[in-house]
Amino acid sequence: MKVLIVLIIFSMALALIFLGAFIWAVKRGQYDDSHSPAVRILFDDEVKQTKEEKDK
Amino acid sequence: MREAIKCIHCGSVCGETHVVSNGLDFCCNGCKTVYELLQNNQLYNYYELENEPGVRIKEPTPDGKFAFLDHPEIADKLYRFKEGTSRKVELYVPAIHCSSCIWLLENLQQLHEGIHHSQVNFVQKRVTIFFDSEKITIRQVAELMASIHYIPEISLADSETEKNKKYSKRLLYQIGVAGFVFGNSMLISLPEYLPGGEHLEEFLKEFFGMMNLLLAIPVVLYSGRDYMISAYKNIVKGVVNIDLPIAIGILALFAQSSFEIISKTGAGYMDSLSGLIFFLLIGKWYQNRTYQALSFNRDYKSYFPIGVTQIKENNEEEITPISDLKQGDRIRIRNGELIPTDAVLVDGDAQIDYSFVTGESNLIPKQVGELLYAGGKQQGTAIELMVEKPVIQSQLTSLWNKSNNDEGKSIQTVIDRISRYFTLVIVTVAIISFVYWWMVDPSKALFSFTSVLIVACPCALALSLPFALGNGMRHLGEEGLFMKNTADIEHLAAINTLVFDKTGTLTIPNEQQITFDGTDLSSEEKSWVKAVVQQSTHRLDIALNRFLKTEEELQPEKFETIAGKGVTAVVNGNRIRLGSPNFIGITLPEDLSRSTVVVEINDQLKGTFHISSQKRNGVEELLQKLKKRFDIHLVSGDNNWEREEWKRLLEKEEQLHFNQQPQEKRSYVENLQQQHRNVAMVGDGLNDAGALLKSDVGISVADNIYHFSPACNAILQADKMSALDRFLKYSKLIIKTVKRSYVISFLYNLIGLFFAVQGALSPVIAAILMPISSVSVVAFVSGSTTYQAKRLFKQKR
Repeated sequence: MKVLIVLIIFSMALALIFLGAFIWAVKRGQYDDSHSPAVRILFDDEVKQTKEEKDK
Repeated sequence: MREAIKCIHCGSVCGETHVVSNGLDFCCNGCKTVYELLQNNQLYNYYELENEPGVRIKEPTPDGKFAFLDHPEIADKLYRFKEGTSRKVELYVPAIHCSSCIWLLENLQQLHEGIHHSQVNFVQKRVTIFFDSEKITIRQVAELMASIHYIPEISLADSETEKNKKYSKRLLYQIGVAGFVFGNSMLISLPEYLPGGEHLEEFLKEFFGMMNLLLAIPVVLYSGRDYMISAYKNIVKGVVNIDLPIAIGILALFAQSSFEIISKTGAGYMDSLSGLIFFLLIGKWYQNRTYQALSFNRDYKSYFPIGVTQIKENNEEEITPISDLKQGDRIRIRNGELIPTDAVLVDGDAQIDYSFVTGESNLIPKQVGELLYAGGKQQGTAIELMVEKPVIQSQLTSLWNKSNNDEGKSIQTVIDRISRYFTLVIVTVAIISFVYWWMVDPSKALFSFTSVLIVACPCALALSLPFALGNGMRHLGEEGLFMKNTADIEHLAAINTLVFDKTGTLTIPNEQQITFDGTDLSSEEKSWVKAVVQQSTHRLDIALNRFLKTEEELQPEKFETIAGKGVTAVVNGNRIRLGSPNFIGITLPEDLSRSTVVVEINDQLKGTFHISSQKRNGVEELLQKLKKRFDIHLVSGDNNWEREEWKRLLEKEEQLHFNQQPQEKRSYVENLQQQHRNVAMVGDGLNDAGALLKSDVGISVADNIYHFSPACNAILQADKMSALDRFLKYSKLIIKTVKRSYVISFLYNLIGLFFAVQGALSPVIAAILMPISSVSVVAFVSGSTTYQAKRLFKQKR
């Protein structure tokens, strides 16, 4: 049953990574605005500048 | 019936200013200009994402509106980042309302090459713009946004939002840590609860125990520390609040569990502990979710311009931050600009609109040498003033500073009162059981003592309030009343006295109800009358001018005003007299409730215009309803020309007050409070600001909730004014729900205490009881407040 200890330590480390990811996301401000990212992803990139870039 | 033509840009009905261009309909030239600008820059996507997404502005932005941004000191304060020529600035744009707005504002670089990149925060209605200061100045950025009708509102009093952001981020970290520990701790503790758990190998038990202990340390020290700090601070102050029993519970849980784990006598309650803190923090988070785009703490700085044109000794104009104005400085105020401080008129034709301060939109002419008070708006040509006092010392701003000092609201919250007794009772019960077991079985004494403290930890109690109020706040917001924070709902429920402002609050600003009584005027006669009232500056004549619609534009040949009485004029050779009944020489039945203008053309009496201010929809019914349950006062900065009308509505004449200065309004509220009344002030303008701050609940009425409104506890959407009685009722229902939920959580506490005093509180019972009580109480209050909101608001619609 000693292997349980190793497993628990591994799972805990994995969970800590997720906690770290959460804290990182909060710090980066990903929870500041819950509306615009959802809308932004649907915008088409057909604006002038990007067109020129495509032509290159 | 033909459908009304809608503007392709903003969707409003095309009225008088209808413009057709290239076969497209626009409601006004402004909208057309924006449309063309966007088309020329390949930004047609704006109109494809949403229908008629545009913003209509009623008046074009004055040229010099953003001139103050040229002042380097002011601009520097606005930059979030400055390095070489690149700048970052964050602007508040209340007009943001749809995905098209986001799209356009994030494609600003299409309109100007100096802008690198921009990003919208929709929730806060803010745009962050990165630009190159070599190619575009911050003033040009602001003007560019104004040119597409997204006018940024700039004020220097922005620091507060920053502080809030930091706080809410910390709360999220705390929740994250507590949640992480809660989950893992439960997994580790599970074997204990299962049948056969006692056969677990000894080293595993120890290992699980130590893991639990290690995990719990950050929860207690980091996630739960605010409860400890708050409890400690309150003890020092000699106050008991809800955080004290929570802190005691947390500490008792932690101490008891650590002892059990280290002494290897048990498994401890670490999973319950982290669960408890996790739930509590979620409640706190729910309670703190406020309306980020609304601002409730504005002071005069938000109303005043940031800079003003100063005239230097060599007669050169320079923009100066208003905080730098000294006595003796000369300043120039242009049409539509606000006088920032008390100053003497030096030169120019001053027509001052003090509606900002008094609520009355009368133009007051001032002579050279007269003192002009801060808060007036110049209408007409530019004037020159000599500053008398620095801005912070002017009459208007000192009112603000005075109010700021006495913010402590007097109403004690229900939960504070209950928790005081609660703590006392628990500690007593704990001591009694300790003493009892000390005599019967000393080995159980300490355990039963901590058990009582653990079980009594008012988790459910502490959760019911945040969820009831948070949910209530959400429903109030859906219906048009936006509370600053949840605690104000409790204050709102305790209100027994309402003080109303009149102009702009109960009535619609700048709108009058006008009826004509007499022989109908021909369209020719109407245009004569209009020509006369156009010249007049009297309040009633201005209203008439707006009311009369004629095709012809005429100029009177002769025009003479007899102050306080009326005017005589000659238009197209016709002698026209307008004025009070007295002036014309007739007597009308005594009816002061309406102001009248009698019309006489060529010595022939034509009839009378009756002018009264337009009440908001449903105001009369609202007052009838409120009158039964509340003490209602009316305090108006306006004159008393409608006294009779309001007397009819409110009945109590001694509670009607007119011609009140902002200071008088404030002291009126203060007086009522000294009679131990809980006062809510309902007002709209800067003139009510002092009273709004002073009152227990200040409700500010706004036609556009995102526009500037004075500092207050709640913002009421103006068209929802008639629902005010239901809002008040709902706040009372919320508090009732909270009280009911208290009963439920006390029952849970009793069950827990039953085990605890016997010294039989096992980790399993704690692990079951605590989450169940919390979840059921939260479900009860959320469901109950939602149901009540549905019943109250939906049925009457």
